[in-house]
Amino acid sequence: MNGINGAPLLRTTGLSKSFGAVTVLEDAGVELRAGEIHAFLGENGAGKSTLAKLIAGIYRPSAGQIERNGRPVTIHNPREATELGIALIPQEPRTFPDLSAAENIFVGRLPMRSGLVDWKSLYGRAEELLHELGVALDPRQPARSLSVADRQMLELAGALSLNAEILLLDETTASLTPGEVSRLEVILRRLSAAGKSIVFIGHRMEEIFSLCDRATILRDGKIVGERMISETSPEDLLRLMVGREIGEKVVRGSVPTGKPLLEVKGLSQPPLFHDISFSIRRGEIVGLAGLVGAGRTEIACALFGLSQPTAGTILVDGKPAEIRSPRDAMGYGMALAPEDRQKQGAFLPISLWENASLSSLPRLSRRGWLKDSVSRTLTTEWVKRLSVRCREIEQPLHELSGGNQQKVVLAKWLETQPKILLLDEPTRGIDVHAKTEVHRLICELADAGMATLLISSDLPEILALSDRILVLRSGRIVREFDRSEATPEAVIAAAGVSTGLPDKPRSMVA
Amino acid sequence: MISSRIRRLWNAYAPEIVVTILLILAFVISGWREPRFLDAAYLFDRSTLYTEIGLLTLSMTLIIVAGHIDLSVTSIIAFVGAIIATLYSRYGIPFWLLIPLAPVFGGFLGAVNGYFVARRNLPSLVVTLATMALYRGMAQILLGDSSLMTPPDYTGIERVTLPHTYLHTPLVIWITLCLVFAALLHRTVFGRYITVTGVNPEAALYSGVPVAQTLIRLFTLSGAMAGVCSVLLLSRLGVARYDHARGWELDVITAVVLGGTSIFGGRGTIYGSVVAFLLITIVQTGMGVAGVKAEIQVTAIGLLLLLAVLLSRLTTGRK
Amino acid sequence: MINKLFQRREAPLLIILAALVTIVCLLQPRFLSPGNLQSVLLWLPLLIIVALGEMAVILTRGIDVSVGSILGLSGMMTAMALRDYPELNIYVAALLATGIGAFLGAINGGLIAGAGTPPIVATLATLGIYRGLTFVVSSGKQVDDYQLPRNLARWSIDGPFGLSIPPYVVWIALIVAAAMHLFLTYSRTGRDWYAIGGEPDGASDRGVPVRLQTFCAYVLSGAGAGLAGLLYASRFGTVNPASIGNGFELLAIAAVVIGGTSIFGGSGTIAGVLLGCLLLGVINVALAVLNIAETWQSAVYGAVILMALLTDDAARRRLMKGARHK
Repeated sequence: MNGINGAPLLRTTGLSKSFGAVTVLEDAGVELRAGEIHAFLGENGAGKSTLAKLIAGIYRPSAGQIERNGRPVTIHNPREATELGIALIPQEPRTFPDLSAAENIFVGRLPMRSGLVDWKSLYGRAEELLHELGVALDPRQPARSLSVADRQMLELAGALSLNAEILLLDETTASLTPGEVSRLEVILRRLSAAGKSIVFIGHRMEEIFSLCDRATILRDGKIVGERMISETSPEDLLRLMVGREIGEKVVRGSVPTGKPLLEVKGLSQPPLFHDISFSIRRGEIVGLAGLVGAGRTEIACALFGLSQPTAGTILVDGKPAEIRSPRDAMGYGMALAPEDRQKQGAFLPISLWENASLSSLPRLSRRGWLKDSVSRTLTTEWVKRLSVRCREIEQPLHELSGGNQQKVVLAKWLETQPKILLLDEPTRGIDVHAKTEVHRLICELADAGMATLLISSDLPEILALSDRILVLRSGRIVREFDRSEATPEAVIAAAGVSTGLPDKPRSMVA
Repeated sequence: MISSRIRRLWNAYAPEIVVTILLILAFVISGWREPRFLDAAYLFDRSTLYTEIGLLTLSMTLIIVAGHIDLSVTSIIAFVGAIIATLYSRYGIPFWLLIPLAPVFGGFLGAVNGYFVARRNLPSLVVTLATMALYRGMAQILLGDSSLMTPPDYTGIERVTLPHTYLHTPLVIWITLCLVFAALLHRTVFGRYITVTGVNPEAALYSGVPVAQTLIRLFTLSGAMAGVCSVLLLSRLGVARYDHARGWELDVITAVVLGGTSIFGGRGTIYGSVVAFLLITIVQTGMGVAGVKAEIQVTAIGLLLLLAVLLSRLTTGRK
Repeated sequence: MINKLFQRREAPLLIILAALVTIVCLLQPRFLSPGNLQSVLLWLPLLIIVALGEMAVILTRGIDVSVGSILGLSGMMTAMALRDYPELNIYVAALLATGIGAFLGAINGGLIAGAGTPPIVATLATLGIYRGLTFVVSSGKQVDDYQLPRNLARWSIDGPFGLSIPPYVVWIALIVAAAMHLFLTYSRTGRDWYAIGGEPDGASDRGVPVRLQTFCAYVLSGAGAGLAGLLYASRFGTVNPASIGNGFELLAIAAVVIGGTSIFGGSGTIAGVLLGCLLLGVINVALAVLNIAETWQSAVYGAVILMALLTDDAARRRLMKGARHK
């Protein structure tokens, strides 16, 4: 079934990708074979999605080579990948809501007859494809009425209609129900038996062990191992995924005691999270672990007034806090470093100091007039204290690397002199060195009395920094660990990664 | 050292520099072809014709920097004028009492725009297109096709000059407001909030910027400025009509974009808008002197707007 | 069946329309007189043809505020051609008007799809440019009805089969609407407009020629406005450079938005646009019949657009909520 001379359908050698100063993938070599389901495994930021996107032409490699059927190819965009028989199915399918299911499959190449769209053959071919996939779906239905799982099927059907030989599924199961997952597994097995090469990106061990033939494990942008699934165990794969020491160990002082600074009681916002109760003491770091989609970010947003929970109370310093907007939350001494730095945290075209001073403007102004010289001075101090690498504080933020951008976002919040720090993925996509610096900073702040809620998909990070760890699953807190009892295996198990999964499963670490 | 500073200045303010050079060129050329252009008295006299557009340019700069647009301002001018003239001539309310109310009326009409944009998350383009028709229509309901007179002693106060100068009242108001708006955009918290909302509204929200409040205030301010323009126009023309100020939005938006404000928001200076406005004024006056009809002048303004957008693509590069 | 009908987005519009007609009839029974029907019918064709083109642009997430000026320039030029060359066949004149409009639309399309200018800026600029050019080509002089061929005016007076209701112009508009419906349903370009408006990046990745098809939308919008220019001459007899097509962009956008085409692109139907036009037409004649001065028109249009926006907004929120719960 393989290409000429038994060569794999696709081979990458030395594939690397950097964004600015940050290398997210280095020297990756994989081989994709016909009739094989191949898992790319790794934590958040390990580079598995990047690798898939390079193969699918969404990104262009900084270095390295891709060979298709033994011949070197350059893939400039997804369309060229399609022509080479490569298709990527994203987690959140990109659907054209007002087009029918059939059109969604064939968009851009609708069957034509004498210059007109041939609806009969369009529906016929769509029906055939969907039938082949074993999906009961009316091709005439507009896509806006379909579930995420069905819309993924449309993407898959689209790829098959193009005779794609290599299918990359990027976290496809993350937003599916168990029933939908097993339907997908059946379909993927059938496709693989028909000679397709399938790449399955995910983290749920039970899926990988029931479905895949081979796994490539990535960590910190490098491939750290390749295993045949039949010859390995979940523990072995987990060890490879997370078995890394943090660049430099941070030392946490003694566990703080005393009255809680932030108390959350029965906070609910269906369907995102339910009955969330926890507290954070002055000087304490509480980790919030859980799978992507378990409701971690949503809880942080609700605490910060970005959305309105339907039930529950928030107490700050023992007094009930009325939080309807980020402004209100800031009034109670809260700060939120958001998950998506580029979209929600940074103002890329404007200067460093304008970024860093933005959230403290009420303090850095007098009767509405800006005190820019003060802002500049304070920013200069933060640049020194957080060792932000930049030429000058007048520089626009986009000229800085991801890690340094993150430091500026943190400076923006520290400048507000918060008492409660909500950190959502504070080290996502930043290099190891900057990561260590951010970790040290978080600890220093805690030692100085900051109450911190740390949301992270990076397990070693959460284990190293947190005094207590709350584990979230499907919007509920299912376990709480003390520092002493938390091990990677225990936390992963509680989050629902390698267990049988009683309720809606979600995938670990995006 | 010096060259690096010049490069930095160019990188930051290329559109402003280009439009300044264009203004100087236009001034030199028109002064050479028509010596009257070098006569300050003549220039200041002509300037009164454009003061209202100059004022609208200031508030529109803020709106566009915030990543929005307000097409309804010209209709607000007509509507506020109609309200004032009606209250004065039909209900006998003293005119001097109505003058300070004009910005209040205008501000209210602007706040309605702000509500739809900020609280209902509708695109400002379509919202203000609708209120453009609505406000113009309400002026028409009040006035029909007739003109309502304003008090005779109010007419022509725009011709009053500061003692011993050629500076007419509207010009003084305009210059003052130029400084006020420059300070507002570049020196106040409100201005910084406007800029960051234009750069990245989502991040602004996450940073604790009161985005909705800022936008509502901004559209209110834009309406209030239209109210100010309305009383100036009433003085200049002596009558209120429903079709006053129709089509001016083209001149105003042209001035703002020509002055280097990014139509996508997040970048712009009052200086650039002021210089671009002066440039347009000279071009229009020049065409007027050369006998080009007003109806045809819009072609030139349209071309200038296209030129401005294409120029800004060149100077900032494609993204 | 009935249930399905009510799920369609046009349903509330139909109900509003019926309610409006009923109320006006109760207040003033002569609303349904042939004369009034004729005036509604005569009012519609211009608007329908321009609105259909505008719809294509809005489907792609764009906007075209230059349609009124295109209508003006093309109407003016065609009327002058008919005046200066009396032997010119009026069907050739119709082609000429459409062609001029398409060319002007192509300039918009080039600026937007080619040079990447934001639609509002490009078409606002050409709104001014085309309006000024109307004066330039006509030297500011109007074309009078006696200078236009008699059979052009007949388009607005007589109908086929010897019936005067509905007149030819209405048939022309309906044929254009039907053609547009077929185009949106059976042409690749039409389908691609929906795809582009629904998900521009996705469309480009799937091989949809986004720039080319966006360009086509503006050409079509221009062509519609161009043809409407000639119908304007037929309807009103005189063509005055100061008034032809003034403010028409607003009516067209209003009809499209009222007709349920989403201002966020990717969604809308011909039936909706036709109903939107009809609603505006009924409002227009109802105002006259109820002795409400014509001066109320603009305000009523503005208010109706705002209401349509709010319902679109509400529909969008409901949809998003539904999607999240899935």
